[in-house]
Amino acid sequence: MSHAAAADVHAEGGGHRTSMGLDSRKMAFWAFIGSECLLFATLISTYLIYKGKSLEGPFPPQILNIPFTSFSTFDLLMSSLWMVLALAAVQRNDMKWAKIWLMGTAIGGLIFLGGQVWEFSHFVEHGLTLQKNMFGTTFFVLTGTHGAHVAVGVLWLLTLWVRAMQGKLTSKNAMTVEITGLYWHFVDVIWIIIFTVVYLIQ
Amino acid sequence: MADAHAAEHSHPTAAVYIRVAAILFMLTVLEVGVFYVPTFHPILVPALLILSAIKFSIVVMFYMHLKMDNRFFTLIFGGPLLLAFGMMMALMFLFRVFVLK
Repeated sequence: MSHAAAADVHAEGGGHRTSMGLDSRKMAFWAFIGSECLLFATLISTYLIYKGKSLEGPFPPQILNIPFTSFSTFDLLMSSLWMVLALAAVQRNDMKWAKIWLMGTAIGGLIFLGGQVWEFSHFVEHGLTLQKNMFGTTFFVLTGTHGAHVAVGVLWLLTLWVRAMQGKLTSKNAMTVEITGLYWHFVDVIWIIIFTVVYLIQ
Repeated sequence: MADAHAAEHSHPTAAVYIRVAAILFMLTVLEVGVFYVPTFHPILVPALLILSAIKFSIVVMFYMHLKMDNRFFTLIFGGPLLLAFGMMMALMFLFRVFVLK
């Protein structure tokens, strides 16, 4: 293989390009996100199917706190903004701002997770557990799965931040940050749906 | 191949990202407003679903870059998304959440 051909096959940051000239990691990650859509569709469907089928309380209008969850939604939306700003900073090799935005995004995720932990404990205090009724079962499984995704995202972001602090993250690794961003924004769009379906449409 | 590579890297500027965030914030305020204002209650469900779909599309197009990226990524994401939506609709009818009159 000539050097020119090799440059065509190898993408930035050590990845490979497909025959279509696309980064193979990005393509694989979009396929993963597609499969995640199906996972969350099954969980949202289960929530909707069992909605209103609880025989005993607490019921959603008695327990859901809309102002608090609206703040969590705003926090996650802002973290998505910080994620794209981190990507833009990495792409122009402005590592100072890349580190700030990456840490900001991770903190945004941690605030969301903290809110979810508070919300779950508050619900348990008011008698809503996983086994209490159909609402408890479907609510905790759906929002808990989403929360687990946020937790993975926060760990991923902190890993990137540590790599940036070590000087191992540069504009050559912009695709790594872009893929992390794809994951983070996917977590955000899933929350957009959960916020509407679970919290606002009661 | 060069075109595909270029398409993969033509991302919006920080100013566009901030404008998108402002729109998303306003749509979220609108969603919560629709929830609290009794006048909107007869159209609550369709209004919230439409607002949610708009927010979903904006994040996917601008923050996940599908608007500027290679169309193949839209296909890889859009295919399973449509499948997921179809599956949800089928389950809603099967379990009589939606009933045909």
